[in-house]
Amino acid sequence: MSTVVEQVWASLAHLTDPEIPVVTLRELGILRNVTETSDGVEVVITPTYTGCPAMGLIEDDVRAALVKAGIPARVITRLAPAWTTDWISDEAKEKLRVYGIAPPHTTRPDVSVVKFMRHRPAPDAVACPRCGSTHTVVSSQFGSTACKALYKCLDCQEPFDYFKPY
Amino acid sequence: MSAPAEYILHLADNAVVLGQRNAEWCGHGPILEEDIAMGNVSLDYIGQARLLYQLAATRLGGDATEDKLAYFRDETQFRNYTLLELPHNGPLVGYAVSDRDYATTVVRNFLYGALMVLVWDALEKSPDADLAAIAAKSLKEARYHLHHAADWLVRFGDGTEESHRRAQAAVDHLFPYTEEFWTPSVAEDAAVAAGAGVDVRSLRAAWDAIVNETLSEATLVRPQVRGYVPEGKHGRHSEHLGYLLGEMQGLARAHPGATW
Repeated sequence: MSTVVEQVWASLAHLTDPEIPVVTLRELGILRNVTETSDGVEVVITPTYTGCPAMGLIEDDVRAALVKAGIPARVITRLAPAWTTDWISDEAKEKLRVYGIAPPHTTRPDVSVVKFMRHRPAPDAVACPRCGSTHTVVSSQFGSTACKALYKCLDCQEPFDYFKPY
Repeated sequence: MSAPAEYILHLADNAVVLGQRNAEWCGHGPILEEDIAMGNVSLDYIGQARLLYQLAATRLGGDATEDKLAYFRDETQFRNYTLLELPHNGPLVGYAVSDRDYATTVVRNFLYGALMVLVWDALEKSPDADLAAIAAKSLKEARYHLHHAADWLVRFGDGTEESHRRAQAAVDHLFPYTEEFWTPSVAEDAAVAAGAGVDVRSLRAAWDAIVNETLSEATLVRPQVRGYVPEGKHGRHSEHLGYLLGEMQGLARAHPGATW
């Protein structure tokens, strides 16, 4: 006999990001927590980028899945702690790579903004998700969505998206 | 310790006005990558504005909503910096028609981006937990905005004769408007007094360091500025904000409460 919290996790397990359908909301770290409180079950989600147009759809998907499973639960959006790409699981990073998106590097430890600008650290080498070459170059810091940068592989010549550390 | 609604509106109005301005490049970008970049930067700004308007609406209470704050206030009620409402070209009257100048866009995004990484970095530590949560998210986005603008500023300034000339003209035109950053408004003073805001004057040395370093890398000259202090954050705007709001608010006012 599973608990109601386990049932909620199970009913939401299949939900994926609308723009990257190979990774689940849980793997991306958007689906944060499920708790049983004195006045019902609470599902906590957190937005990725502040303006991400997928967030509204994601919230609707979560509510619809809960209704379908017949579990009355409240969906709460919480901003803190701020979502980070470091929460994306290793399995999900591998799925991103296979899907053609170079997965994010670990975010860099916080440095003062001024130092950050004056001595910009060399960016981590981004490996081409197709051929694995690190002989790649950034075409634009903003790609098909706010969370991705546009890169080009100088070996296989293919353009690709890089999920930016956030 | 919570920041007053007027202070949050100042932050929100900055974000929505620059978001709306930069979105004018959508479909008109100088190259495809920059067209997409400006769309994404605008999306970040409008996302930040939404979170801030939602918070301001909660603090104001009554029937305030994010939509009412964004679409149903008039220009004298907007608390954004004058810098952010100016069109993408040199000094012009509000109704003038001119080709947009990407150097102006880049210089403005740089001058404001350098301020906002510092503001969000400070507000991330604010004891106002709601504001600190928005600041923590916005800081991550502001860093990318600043990088993007600084990269292009160096490319333009240290580029061709034409790109250098236009970048320097944009710096000369926009720099005086940054004076407004350093004169606190009543709302900013109130936020500091409440222990929830940041004293902008404490950020000036760090801002100078970022700006001077990048201008020097871009082989551009920082103009001498004195005297003129714009007052957009007090609700006294240039003629350009009215045109911007006319476009941004027109649909919501023509069809109030419309859904789709």
